Amino acid sequence: MVPELGHLALILALLIALVQAVFPLAGSLSGNRPWMAMARPLAYGQLTMIAIAFAALTQAFLTSDFSVLYVAENSNSLLPTIYKFSAVWGGHEGSLLLWVLFMACWGAAVAALSRNLPLTVMSRVISVQGMITVGFLLFMLLTSNPFERLFPVPQEGRDLNPLLQDPGLAIHPPMLYMGYVGFSVAFAFALAALIGGRLDAAWARWSRPWTTVAWIFLTIGIMLGSWWSYYELGWGGWWFWDPVENASLMPWLVGTALIHSLAVTEKRGAFKSWTVLLAICAFSLSLLGTFLVRSGVLTSVHAFATDPARGMFILLFLCVVVGGSLALYAWRAPEVSEGGRFDLLSRETSLLANNLLFVAFTVLVLFGTLAPLIYEAFDWGKISVGFPWFNKMFLALAPFMAILLGVGPAVRWKHDEPMRLLRTLWWALALSILVLAVSYLPAFSSGHLWVPVGLALAAWLVLAHVAVVLERLKNKGGLARMGPALLADLRGGGRSFYGMVIAHLGVAVFVVGVTMVSNFQHEEDVRLSPNASYELAGYRFEFLGAEAVPGPNYMAQRGHFKVYRGDRQIANLFPEKRAYLGGGMPMTEAAIDPGLFRDVYVSMGEAVGDKGDWAVRLYYKPFVRWIWLGAILMALGGVVTVSDPRYRMARAPARRPATSSAGGTSAATA
Amino acid sequence: MAMSKSVRYLIPLVVFAALAGLLVWGLGQDPREVPSPLIGKPVPTFSLPTLEDPNRAFTDADLRGKVSLVNVWASWCSACRAEHQSLMALSEMPGFQLIGLNWKDDAADAKQVLAISGDPYTMVGYDPDNKVGIDWGVYGAPETFVVDRQGIIRYKQIGPIDRKAWEEKLQPLLEKLNAEG
Repeated sequence: MVPELGHLALILALLIALVQAVFPLAGSLSGNRPWMAMARPLAYGQLTMIAIAFAALTQAFLTSDFSVLYVAENSNSLLPTIYKFSAVWGGHEGSLLLWVLFMACWGAAVAALSRNLPLTVMSRVISVQGMITVGFLLFMLLTSNPFERLFPVPQEGRDLNPLLQDPGLAIHPPMLYMGYVGFSVAFAFALAALIGGRLDAAWARWSRPWTTVAWIFLTIGIMLGSWWSYYELGWGGWWFWDPVENASLMPWLVGTALIHSLAVTEKRGAFKSWTVLLAICAFSLSLLGTFLVRSGVLTSVHAFATDPARGMFILLFLCVVVGGSLALYAWRAPEVSEGGRFDLLSRETSLLANNLLFVAFTVLVLFGTLAPLIYEAFDWGKISVGFPWFNKMFLALAPFMAILLGVGPAVRWKHDEPMRLLRTLWWALALSILVLAVSYLPAFSSGHLWVPVGLALAAWLVLAHVAVVLERLKNKGGLARMGPALLADLRGGGRSFYGMVIAHLGVAVFVVGVTMVSNFQHEEDVRLSPNASYELAGYRFEFLGAEAVPGPNYMAQRGHFKVYRGDRQIANLFPEKRAYLGGGMPMTEAAIDPGLFRDVYVSMGEAVGDKGDWAVRLYYKPFVRWIWLGAILMALGGVVTVSDPRYRMARAPARRPATSSAGGTSAATA
Repeated sequence: MAMSKSVRYLIPLVVFAALAGLLVWGLGQDPREVPSPLIGKPVPTFSLPTLEDPNRAFTDADLRGKVSLVNVWASWCSACRAEHQSLMALSEMPGFQLIGLNWKDDAADAKQVLAISGDPYTMVGYDPDNKVGIDWGVYGAPETFVVDRQGIIRYKQIGPIDRKAWEEKLQPLLEKLNAEG
C-alpha cells in the first residue's frame, strides 16, 4: 500500500511540474499576475509530493519490503540499518528520486528565499525548474520506477553493492547531487534572464549566492568521493581520472569559472553573455555527467545500472534541455550589451584569464573522457587516454592557474598600474623565489623537479594573499589598528573578501598535498608470512597474521599489523578482505593510520599458499590529508562568502531603503 | 559585422550538436558486447617471447589441440587484480588451459605480481608493445578470449570474469567446446 502511495505521489508531482513549467512562465510573458503567483505554492507542492514519495521508498527499505523490486535488488535483511537508509539511493531508481527530491528542495528554497525578486523573474525561474523536473519525473515513471512490485516476493534481498556499504559513500552521492542540482538554479536564473532580455548586475547578484552554495556542495561531494576511493578501493590513489569522476569534475570546473565570472558581471557589468553561457554549461555538464554514468556509453568502475533505453531517454532530454537553452542563447544573447570597458592590466583581465584556463581544462577533460568514443567513431584506431595523459594536461595548466591566482586578487578593477601592483606584491614574489631556490636543493627535493615548483607556487599563493589582506587592512585603518579593522570588516561587507581568501588558501594547501604525495610517496607489493616484517620509508610493518572474523553480512579475513617507527610502535592496523554473503567481488578494507603530515596505509591483497602468507600492499603517503583539507577550506571559503550580508539571499537589495525586517510583506513587483 | 556577431553566438549550439551526435552514435555501441570481428575466425598468427623466458617462443600453435582461455592482463590494471583470485580458482579446473597475455606491461612488475599472488597461467606471452594486442583487437585489460581446439576464437569476454560471466557465458561455452571433441 505504501509503495503505491509513493508511486501516486510521483505521478502527482509530475502533474504539478507540468503546471509549474507552463503557467508561471506564460503569466510572466502575458502579464497575468495570478498565473505568476502560482509559482510559489506550486514549488512547495512539488516538494511535498516528492518528499512523500521519498519517505515511502525509505519506509520500504527500513521494513525490508522485498515485494518492491528496487528494495529486493538493493537491500537485504542483514544490512545494518544505516545502510538500509543509504541504500535508498544506492541504485539507479533511488538515486534519481534523490535527485528530484533535491531539485524540489532547491525550487522551494528559491520560492521561499526570493521575496524581493521581481515576480516575473521568480516565476520564470520556477518555471524553468519545473521543465527540468518534468523531464526527470517522466524518466523515472517511464523507465525507472522505484516502486515497481515484484511477484513472487523473494524471501531475501540481493544486498546493497558492497562498495557502497560505507559511511563515506552514504553521504557522497547526496552531496554531489546537491551540487549538480544546485546548478539548475543558476541555469534557471540565466534562462529567465535570457527570456526577459534583462542581463544586468541585479541578475548576477541574485545568482551568486545560489551558485556558490551549489558549488560548495559539489566541492564537498567531490572531496568525499576522492577520500572514499582512497581508503575504500585500496589502491592508495586519491583521483583516477575515471569517467565518473571526470563527470563530476567538469561541472565543478565550469562552476568555479562561473563564480568568478558572476563577480565581474555583478561588479562591472561585463562578461554578461559569457556568464550566461557558463551558467548553461555548468548545469548541462551536470546532466551530461548523469548521462555518462547512467547510459553505459563509457564503462567505468563506478558505473552501475547501465541500460541503453535509459541512456536514450537521458540523451533526448539532454538534447532538449541543452540544445534548447543554447538555441535561446544564440537567439537572445547577441542583443546583450557587453558594457564595462577595462584595461589590459585589471581585475577583469585576470578573471577573464582565470575563466579561459578553467574552460580550457574542462574541454581537455571532456575530450579525454570521450576520446575512446571519438577515436572509435572516426576509426582513428585505438587510443589510450589514461591517467598519464590527464596528469600531463593538469600539470601543463595548473602552474598558470596558481600564478594567476596570486596576482588576481591584488589587481584593481578596470585599470591598474604595474608599479603599484609590484609595490604590493614584491616581497611575496621575492620570498616565493627563495622557497623555489631552497626547495630545489637536492637535500630537499631529492631531484624531483616538481617539488620546488609546487612548493613555490603554494608559497606564492599564501604570501600574495597575505599581502592583499595587509593592504586592505592598511586602507581601512592603518596597520596599528589592524585587529579592530579586521573585526569590523568581518561584521560588515568584508566577508565575501575573506571567504575568497580562505578558498584561495585552500588551493595552496591542496597544491602542497598534491606535490608532496605525488613526489614522496612510497608503495610496495610484498608477500608476508606471519610474524615477518617489512620496512618502507622508515616505517617497519610487522605482520602478525590474519584471522577470519564474521561481520553482520560478510565474512572478513582480518590481518593484524604493528607499525614501528624506529623502536616505537605507532599503530596497530587491521586491514580486511571481506566476502559479502550477497556475493560479488571480495572487498578490500584498507587500514590507515592517518596523520596531518603522513598516512601509513595497509591493504590486504590475497592469501598465498597454505602457511598463512598474504600478499599485501604497503603505502607511505606524505601530506595526503592536505588534498582534502584544501578542498574543505575551499568549501569553507564559499560558506563565509555566502554569509556576507550583501547576499542574504537578495533579501535587501542595496538600492532600496533598509526597511526589510522579518515582516516579509514586501511582495516585490516587476 | 552584425551578421558575424550573431553567428558567434551559435557556436556553442553547433559544438553541442556535434557532441550529441557522437553520444547518439556511442549509445548504439554496447561496450560490453562489442562483436569482435575475429569471433569465428582462427587466431592471427603470432610469435611472442614468454614472460618467464625471453628465449622461449609462444605462438598460435600453442593454442591448438586444447581448449584455451586467453586472458589479457597487466600489473597496472586494478580490475585484473580483482580478477586474479577467480583465475587462481579457474586454473585448478580441468578441460581447458589458461593462457596469459601480459599486455603493455613491464616484465619485472608482471613477474612480481605472479610471484607474490600466485601464477594461474599455463603459459604467459609477453606483449609490451601491443603487437599481438592490436591483431587480436584488445580494447583494454582485462579481456579473455575463448579459443577452441582448432584455434578458432569463439568468444571474447570484456572486463573481469566475475561469477555472472562465468556461470552464464564461459562455463556453458567451455562445456560445449569440450563436448564437440
